[in-house]
Amino acid sequence: MAFQLDARTPSGPLEHRWSKAKQEMKLVSPANRRKYTVIVVGSGLAGGSAAATLGELGYNVKCFSYHDSPRRAHSIGAQGGINAAKNYQNDGDSAYRLFYDTIKGGDFRSRESNVYRLAEVSVDIIDQCVAQGVPFAREYGGTLANRSFGGAQVSRTFYARGQTGQQLLLGCYQALERQVDAGRVRMFHRHEMLDLVVIGGRARGIVTRNLLTGAIDCHVADAVVLATGGYSNVFYLSTNAKACNATAIWRAYKRGAGFGNPCYTQIHPTCIPQSGDYQSKLTLMSESLRNDGRIWVPKKKGDTRNPNEIPEEERDYYLERMYPAFGNLCPRDIASRAAKLMCDQGFGVGPSGRGVYLDFKEAIGRLGRKTIEERYGNLFEMYEQITAEDPYSVPMRIYPAVHYTMGGLWVDYHLQSTIPGLFVLGEANFSDHGANRLGASALMQGLADGYFIAPYTVGHFLAQVKPGGVEAEHAEFRAAKEQVEQRTRRLLSIQGKKTVDDFHRELGKIMWEYCGMARNATGLKHALEKIPEVREEFWHNVNVPGSAEELNQSLEKAGRVADFFELGELTCLDALEREESCGGHFREEHQTEEGEAKRDDERFCHAAVWEYAGEDKPPVRNVEPLQFEFVHLAQRSYK
Amino acid sequence: MKIILNIWRQKNSSSPGKMVRYELDKVNEHMSFLEMLDVLNEDLARKGEDPVAFEHDCREGICGCCGFMVNGIAHGPERSTTVCQLHMRHFRDGDELWLEPFRAKAFPVIKDLVVDRSAFDRVIAAGGYISINTGSAPEANSIPVERQRADRAMDAAACIGCGACVAACPNASASLFVSAKIAHLGLLPQGEPERDRRAVRMVLKMTEEGFGYCTNTGECEAICPKGVKIENIARMHRDFTRAVALYREASKAAGAH
Repeated sequence: MAFQLDARTPSGPLEHRWSKAKQEMKLVSPANRRKYTVIVVGSGLAGGSAAATLGELGYNVKCFSYHDSPRRAHSIGAQGGINAAKNYQNDGDSAYRLFYDTIKGGDFRSRESNVYRLAEVSVDIIDQCVAQGVPFAREYGGTLANRSFGGAQVSRTFYARGQTGQQLLLGCYQALERQVDAGRVRMFHRHEMLDLVVIGGRARGIVTRNLLTGAIDCHVADAVVLATGGYSNVFYLSTNAKACNATAIWRAYKRGAGFGNPCYTQIHPTCIPQSGDYQSKLTLMSESLRNDGRIWVPKKKGDTRNPNEIPEEERDYYLERMYPAFGNLCPRDIASRAAKLMCDQGFGVGPSGRGVYLDFKEAIGRLGRKTIEERYGNLFEMYEQITAEDPYSVPMRIYPAVHYTMGGLWVDYHLQSTIPGLFVLGEANFSDHGANRLGASALMQGLADGYFIAPYTVGHFLAQVKPGGVEAEHAEFRAAKEQVEQRTRRLLSIQGKKTVDDFHRELGKIMWEYCGMARNATGLKHALEKIPEVREEFWHNVNVPGSAEELNQSLEKAGRVADFFELGELTCLDALEREESCGGHFREEHQTEEGEAKRDDERFCHAAVWEYAGEDKPPVRNVEPLQFEFVHLAQRSYK
Repeated sequence: MKIILNIWRQKNSSSPGKMVRYELDKVNEHMSFLEMLDVLNEDLARKGEDPVAFEHDCREGICGCCGFMVNGIAHGPERSTTVCQLHMRHFRDGDELWLEPFRAKAFPVIKDLVVDRSAFDRVIAAGGYISINTGSAPEANSIPVERQRADRAMDAAACIGCGACVAACPNASASLFVSAKIAHLGLLPQGEPERDRRAVRMVLKMTEEGFGYCTNTGECEAICPKGVKIENIARMHRDFTRAVALYREASKAAGAH
């Protein structure tokens, strides 16, 4: 069996496609909307905005979150900003330019129609968020301020200090709570989705575990929306929050949803280097810092002098040297690989030698300390809290860390997966960022999907089906519930010698070593042998204390790590099969003489869509060819 | 370094809890406080004992999940710091610490250091928003906002909803949390139309949820990891009083007597 991958992209001029698609969509009349139940899993920017908007439209919405409140979702961690093609700065921006930058930044591995729509609705997001009271930065005249952000030559990024994600999420959370108050959305806090139920080829609901009581429940719906974020934690150490996991999308994959491009993972260049084995996560320092900070390493290998004692002529501002046109603002994948290259060659700084300097001395001299404080104060404080070093007087030390996953469940233009009635939004889907995401585009995509796209496309789907018709007692629900209970019992019964984190760390090491910033066939093959071994051991030697009928954080983690093992394997397999370099996927065998990523458009100008084939069978690799009608496929150059 | 921890262990909301003593010998000064608890939990799990339940997620001081009392201080002794950002270098070898959950009538204990803060969501649902359906927003720059005002709104909006202000307050009042939202939205022109209704509904809901009244002790401001100012509470009281006194009809409609 192979997927019939119909992307359902409209035809015609790029700038008219979304309008045309909307015009052709079927509508549910206002009086009938409350008869339809929509389940939204996840309450971050994508899920929260979708749930709130669907509630406003009058659908009966059930929203699920494993947190105690929707305001905890990890969208809150985004610091730098949100892009929108408002062209308020009169610097030549337009929807087309944002579209082009995103396509190029993604190394020509995303769908033109989707990306153009994203750029088009970006302007509506800013209007919506401002009206909600998101306190974006302002000019003295009262208009909105913008800044230029990682890899962009125009200033199109809107920001709220270094807490843009927090402020956008609070706007969305407040809209959601307003619908809760109105009785249109019912929140299920501290509920984790553990399976998807498909009946008659349609997504009809989910199975959840109440994290406080352990109760396993079935929830029926007419459509299911997954907005459960990315899977960076497959690497154990990442900038994601500790609870971020792939279980919801992985369960959906095993029920028939195609998984697109799992190997497209993003390594963020500016994170605080690891300090010890006890490290539980890595902390991102917003990329906006690269606007004013200059990145350098000493010209002499193993130079252990205090950075302030190293004279100008003995410093290598390597990004400015290698990429004179973009300098410190080159895209994330390029900046990350350059840092790795410097450290691999022995120029790295700090106790581990895995670090480079991000220096504000010149900017403080030029703009004054006060301006730098205004722009980055909270980030500097955070850095000092963690490292006990004052970045106003000593350069920061940074190193790349896993940050975002462009891969995810495959969706068509309607954001529907290969399972009818199952929609996937935000980081959880594979769609708009291709092989590399530009800075300040994750918030944009999450909100575009949730506020402005899914409410149309989910409605269009519902208009074509009758509401209800399935009960929670249906055999498929009962079977899924039984499987979830069985798996929980199994995890608790192993009673082995190693903890869940022991296994998670082991998996993370394999992933980082062989499927991280640079990958090659030998390493990936090794990882593909190693991961099943460790997974096998996990299922025989993990120790999950406690019981199923209580708040049991070890049990929650164990289920998530079990799924990470399987997803990690698929990620390596996808990386092995994609014999080219593109964006965040760098295969050492495929590079230019200067060490840049070398695409192979002849063989790989497509999305890889993996299909689950059964417990003991290898997954099937389907492809969706990418057609470029409007942009010319070019070698990405930031020199 | 060596650290002695006395941690509140409580199996669930219906069982009594007690302090349990743990000695940790190999604490690294660069660890965060929560990483130290991770190490303890790993040891407990290896021994088949129940790890200490505590909430945490982003570990960057922004999600508001984490928070418990360290020696009677919410989030521990460092100013403007959530417990996930608190590092062990601020403690001394041999220190003995007491960890307890946030205590307030409106925050019942769920397990160990985990409390139920859902009352905060219900207070927000009562009016902590601007009513604007998706799609009906005007062009963003058609609403100019004075820069200072926008900055002050942002100062208030920085609240992470961790609940430390409630835990620190002798009256277990949520005034700092509630007033931060009232100030954030009320300072902006977009929030003006609902300013009265919002103040009345949120303040009444806060009381209904079992939070105490504000008596200006100022512990909340001192403890707030995000530096949210007590001046917001003055603003909340003014908005509430003004709404109730001047707009009796509107405040009755919002639920006031």
